[in-house]
Amino acid sequence: MKTILSILNLLLISNILIAQGNIEGQIFSKSSENLTPLSGVNIYWLSTSKGTISNEDGKFSISSNSNTNKLILSFLGFQTDTLLVENQSNISHVMKESNLGELDEIEITERRKSLQRSYLSAQNITKISSEELLKAACCNLSESFETNPSIDINFSDALTGTKQINMLGLSSPYIMMTQENIPFVRGASQVYGLTFTPGPWIESIQVTKGTGSVVNGFESIVGQINAELKKPSLSNPFFLNAFASVNGRREFNFHYNKTLTQKFSLGVYGHTSQRNIVTDNNDDGFLDMPKTRQINLLKRLQYTDAENGFVGFLSLRFLNDTKRSGETTFNGRSNNLNLSSWGSEIFTQRVDASLKIGYVFPLITYQSIGFQSAYSKHNQESFFGVRDYNISHESYYSNLIFNSIITNTKHKFKTGLNFSRDIYSENIDTDLYNRKDDVFGMFFEYAYDNLENLNLVAGLRLDNHNNIGTFLSPRFHLRYQKNGTPTIFRISVGQGRKVGNIFAENQNIFASNRTIQIFPSNGSIYGLKPEIAWNYGLSITRNFNLFNRSADIILDFYNTTFLNQVVADFEKLQYIQFYNLTGKSFSKSFQIELNYKASNYVSTRIAYKNENVKVSYRDGFKRKPLRPYSRFFFNIEYNTVNAVGKGWRNDFTYNIIGKQRVPANLLYLNGFVASSYNIINFQTAKVFSPKFELYLGAENLLNVRQKNPIIAADNPFGRNFDASLVYAPVFGTFFYSGIRFNLN
Amino acid sequence: MKKIIFLIFISNLVFSQKKDIVEESFEVNGVCKMCKARIEKTAFKQKGVKNAEWDINNHLLTVLYDKSKLNIYQIHRSIAKVGHDTSEEQAPDEIYDNLPMCCLYNRNELKKGKQ
Repeated sequence: MKTILSILNLLLISNILIAQGNIEGQIFSKSSENLTPLSGVNIYWLSTSKGTISNEDGKFSISSNSNTNKLILSFLGFQTDTLLVENQSNISHVMKESNLGELDEIEITERRKSLQRSYLSAQNITKISSEELLKAACCNLSESFETNPSIDINFSDALTGTKQINMLGLSSPYIMMTQENIPFVRGASQVYGLTFTPGPWIESIQVTKGTGSVVNGFESIVGQINAELKKPSLSNPFFLNAFASVNGRREFNFHYNKTLTQKFSLGVYGHTSQRNIVTDNNDDGFLDMPKTRQINLLKRLQYTDAENGFVGFLSLRFLNDTKRSGETTFNGRSNNLNLSSWGSEIFTQRVDASLKIGYVFPLITYQSIGFQSAYSKHNQESFFGVRDYNISHESYYSNLIFNSIITNTKHKFKTGLNFSRDIYSENIDTDLYNRKDDVFGMFFEYAYDNLENLNLVAGLRLDNHNNIGTFLSPRFHLRYQKNGTPTIFRISVGQGRKVGNIFAENQNIFASNRTIQIFPSNGSIYGLKPEIAWNYGLSITRNFNLFNRSADIILDFYNTTFLNQVVADFEKLQYIQFYNLTGKSFSKSFQIELNYKASNYVSTRIAYKNENVKVSYRDGFKRKPLRPYSRFFFNIEYNTVNAVGKGWRNDFTYNIIGKQRVPANLLYLNGFVASSYNIINFQTAKVFSPKFELYLGAENLLNVRQKNPIIAADNPFGRNFDASLVYAPVFGTFFYSGIRFNLN
Repeated sequence: MKKIIFLIFISNLVFSQKKDIVEESFEVNGVCKMCKARIEKTAFKQKGVKNAEWDINNHLLTVLYDKSKLNIYQIHRSIAKVGHDTSEEQAPDEIYDNLPMCCLYNRNELKKGKQ
């Protein structure tokens, strides 16, 4: 009886459906914040010729179809949409513009909505999109932050030209660097690692200011920078990029993406770069920039099974990098046995493999399990004059994460387990340092969202480290926006710690003949204790309208206070000393930033930053050397690239780098304070079509150069030789140009 | 030992979720972000509702809920009670009249859709 009833019921429903006959609706397009009706949209049922067109008000009416419930909406310049029509008689739909430059981003927003909510997230996250990355001159991760005032770039030494990044007054070892949420630039790769990710591989970068999430580990102290790489399933099948600059740098990038089956797609990315011309503009007998060669290959396999909720990634990567610097007469170690010239070579080989698997429970989409594991072997062989430094670092990392909710999605949590193992083997000449770090960790992170004005994330992790013991790391983030006001408050508090890999993190010491001294304090890492710091932050964002255009102003106050630190002390002439902190050490940072879109084509960003970084050294409580006291930043972009993908993209950046303290050296026996200087960068790109563009730019247009970047360059084997005290560019103005070529 | 307890905890969570969880969407009339907060908060207050999201553009409320704990009409009723007409339930006039100015949606809109 029941079955008959339900059949009757079904019949009734289908009757109603058929009786409904017409489906009505309205179609809109979204321009900035407003919805405007879209006329002329083609509306038809899947694989039929039955169709209609929307009228001036964007409205349409179409008779229902018994064979299909898939309604196709298509309009030139917009993404074609398929709607599943079930029991609805009135449809209201917003179509998205298919601006090719934005296409990738839009798709990603849909796929991982929760990650894109930087405006709504409790953490202070800035997302750098691939479009923003095009503004940088070139060409790898370390050069991707030129338009971001939160991140400062300085040179590690006057020989290798390696750029190091700083956030909240502290350098990259205190920032957790991840690649697709797997720790990446750490240990042996701490100094040069950022140059090992080519820019064109990067899809986007998320910069988290302040203490990070507990999910990725205990190491993030002042923030986290995560780079997402291009996804094979979403990228153009073929991409080519060539770059050349007058200082001799040439780069070549090649990407190939292919969809193998419905579920598998493959990506192969290749990068080579080299620079082998001799430049010595300051006539000190040393190369201003090293000769380099890099080969970098990445192969990734992506698995997506949306129906059953499985996603996976398998990546394999190989890197080979050589840097040669020193005197212009230096021609390899074998030709220099009599030490007629000073030279240095750094040779790095690295292999990376990683596997990520994710499973989203069918129907209960708020629940998922993720597993990440990564293996890397990093091998650096190098010499600096007569000093040898070699390091090999083998690393294994795994993380199991479970996401779910408590009663409903207002209360979410993440919990899981980590295991990591790092095996280091280092030598400076004949001094050997071997170490194995095993870490077992577990974490729990709770996130609350009241759907209106408040959300918070509270996390705690417990780790057991074979060399530094068992410890807790608490982290807390909160976001509050008073109802109806455009002001957002964020606060964050967290503790982080790390072991100090003193040589790998301070490789600029080898660009000098300073004598290395370690003052042990009963610790187990080079006799030193681990670094522990608290980070507190307050950030205020306010949106407003200026001349009918949207603008926002951001105030950031952050304070990092070290309970323990491994101090690298350059204060004593001819020495570099490492010891644990005995007094105070802090970094206070204040930043004010204004973003304003003056017209459809023009956007500007102005920022001022003040940083106060002080450490108790053996000879007193002083400002940390080579850290600008302040920075002023101005960027203006003029972008006329239209929906068809044609136009100009111009970018101008002006920086005032503030005063810096330079420690004692042969030229200034008591040290000195270097005055501020201005840096201007400019880039213009002509976009001929989404497939082809040409760009041209100049860095350091005012030709600012540090006088005597290498101290005692005339006696490079003497004790006063020092190329580690760099506070301004070594290289003057340089021009570059390149092409980008995409094939769809 | 800790790890074992932890694993048991996880597996418990995973397997205890075998409930009758279903997703449904229906129209709810409203205008602004305040409406969105009110509609979603009300849906969340119902025991058994796991997730609720109201789309400001197409006025569809999508709820993920546990069928064994409540039925969809209870959700319709709860939302109508705070002043929003749904495709099944009309909000009482006096509650609609007391909504803030920005939330006063056009009450005819939904009825037209139902013709």
